[in-house]
Amino acid sequence: MSKAERIKAGLAHRYRAERHFRLYGIGAILLALGFLGVMLTVVIGRGVGVLQQSYIQLTLTVTAEAAETGDWQGLIKTSLREQFPEARKRKDKKQLYGFVSSGAGYALRRQVEQNPDLIGQRRAYWLPVSDDVDMLLKDAIDRSLPESDRRITDQELAWIDTLIESGALELRFNKGFFTSGDSREPELAGILGAAVGSALSLLVCLMLAFPLGVMTAVHLEEFAPKNRWTDLIEVNINNLAAVPSIVFGLLGLAVFLNVFGLPRSAPLVGGMVLALMTLPTIIIASRAALKSVPPSIRQAAMALGASPVQVVLHHILPSAMPGMLTGTIIGMAQALGETAPLLMIGMVAFIVDVPQGILEQATALPVQIFLWADAPERAFGERTAAAILVLLVFLVLMNLTAVILRKRFEQRW
Amino acid sequence: MYVTPSRKAQKAVEALIRGVLVLSSTVAVLTTLGIVASLLFESLRFFDAVPLTDFLFGLEWSPQTAIRADQVGASGSFGAVPLFAGTLLISAIALVIAIPVGLYSAIYLAEYASTSVRAWVKPTLEILAGIPTVVYGFFAALVVAPWLRGAGEGAGFEVSSESALAAGLVMGIMIIPLISSLAEDVISAVPRSLREAALGLGATRSEMIRQIVLPAALPGIMGGVLLAASRAIGETMIVVMAAGLSANLTANPFQAVTTVTVQIVTLLTGDQEFDSPKTLVAFALGLVLFVVTLLLNVVALKVVKKYREQYE
Repeated sequence: MSKAERIKAGLAHRYRAERHFRLYGIGAILLALGFLGVMLTVVIGRGVGVLQQSYIQLTLTVTAEAAETGDWQGLIKTSLREQFPEARKRKDKKQLYGFVSSGAGYALRRQVEQNPDLIGQRRAYWLPVSDDVDMLLKDAIDRSLPESDRRITDQELAWIDTLIESGALELRFNKGFFTSGDSREPELAGILGAAVGSALSLLVCLMLAFPLGVMTAVHLEEFAPKNRWTDLIEVNINNLAAVPSIVFGLLGLAVFLNVFGLPRSAPLVGGMVLALMTLPTIIIASRAALKSVPPSIRQAAMALGASPVQVVLHHILPSAMPGMLTGTIIGMAQALGETAPLLMIGMVAFIVDVPQGILEQATALPVQIFLWADAPERAFGERTAAAILVLLVFLVLMNLTAVILRKRFEQRW
Repeated sequence: MYVTPSRKAQKAVEALIRGVLVLSSTVAVLTTLGIVASLLFESLRFFDAVPLTDFLFGLEWSPQTAIRADQVGASGSFGAVPLFAGTLLISAIALVIAIPVGLYSAIYLAEYASTSVRAWVKPTLEILAGIPTVVYGFFAALVVAPWLRGAGEGAGFEVSSESALAAGLVMGIMIIPLISSLAEDVISAVPRSLREAALGLGATRSEMIRQIVLPAALPGIMGGVLLAASRAIGETMIVVMAAGLSANLTANPFQAVTTVTVQIVTLLTGDQEFDSPKTLVAFALGLVLFVVTLLLNVVALKVVKKYREQYE
């Protein structure tokens, strides 16, 4: 075989290798995007059900006496007995009472408190049902399983079907999920408490990290002399950006809680820890923004007699602000998703009330996800996915704001 | 006649402003000092009770048994080797997933993809980096782990419901964008002249990439891998939710292992007393974590910097 022939014979092989190589690349990208797709589909598929919640229609009369003594649950039980008179045995009654959520009494009280004229009238109320019935209505419980493997007995199933047929059991928009705090009962648990906790922590974080970050960036970029101390600060910031988040939690625990004696589980401490974590991100982004302001601006201002501080405050900062804000929003988005350091400073407590201030006990959105993911009830699985969706919506909004800010105000010099 | 306004007030204010700026720039340094001091201080208290060698080389980890202070030294239950091994196992699985996928994605994006494809794929991949780790943890614990268990049952071998594999797989997905974006940067930075020389000699594109571009970009890629490794070692939520608490000293990815971060979280959530070694050991673990990730980062940044200088 001549040399040319040998090269030609090898060509097919080489071209095949080329095609394969390119396919591996496409495959890798598709794999990564596929993971993302599967993950989002799973979360959306599991979480979207929370938008709806099952409610039962019960006809009852709120007597003045019951309203006085607060025996709301009793009223509900009476109404259930009237509807299913065949349930006489204790066991049957217990099953029947299990239909409604243990929070149905509060729901009834709220409706009556809003409209006191309802006292004494006989009318229909829509009240939340227990998580098992809710799961059945959302087809999350398999009816074809043998009775012993199901969380709902045949007897209960028959009653539920009667209720569904008469239109007294239906799925409605779940307002409670967005307006209440955590609860031990999945059907009553809401996201508001955690969302407010996150918002308060982020507020503290922003108030600390933004001014500190911008000031540090201005110092390093505009004023700092080139010396060892400046180098040290720079190396420090770069390394701080890569310290595992849990280590910041340890710092918060040892210094903020044990040395300073700040309250555990408070958004104040959470915000402080998150601020230390986001500081490097903000500093790095702010420095990049300052660097992009051309020297001609500086020189023009100085030529007109501005002092160095005036140059920065009047000219450089306003031009660099959009870039700094973009970096800050991205840093805040990171802080919003951060969980581990908050676990360290005790923001994992079970808290029902929506926090009112930064010194109160609170939890945060990602921590709430962590807590619910651990709960054994099936209905909490749905809530976990829904809480993730809420978190992702906030993250998307923040990142969109950053992108728009950059597009809208970015100056090309 | 010249007007010479008094600048005393302005000078004072400006000096004050510059003073505040200097002060604020020390916060970053103070943070590092605070981390080092708090970790060291609590760790030293721990090493008063348990010898350093027992902690670093001990093979048995059961901090819950050491309730009474006088049992501590004798029981020797603070051996952290199983935790180190678990952390390494899970990080290794993550890197085995993330390195090929991230590297091939980077090569395709840098060398083959058209501008419009790049403009779409790159930000979409970055979404993976923006998703909070607690979401990955949820995915690992409630989707991947049961699925692996089912698959294992089907194939006839036992997969623990909190396997190292599930946590490692999902962690691998998480660090794909880290590797791909860093690798893409260094691949694009390889000078054009090298590429054109290779193509001019008749190399196919893949030959050019494999034999010229990748070797030239290797130091930078290594830097990216080290950064990814440091991320994987320090990652907390995925392993807390998916890896479990049992301190098995094993290399079997189908078994449950525990990691340094999982133990820190477990030891420090809930009520603690700050005089028992059981709580203090968490700070010793944190110190190890901090030192290891810091070393990895310093080396990675050095490598990347050196590589950049090479072509400048």
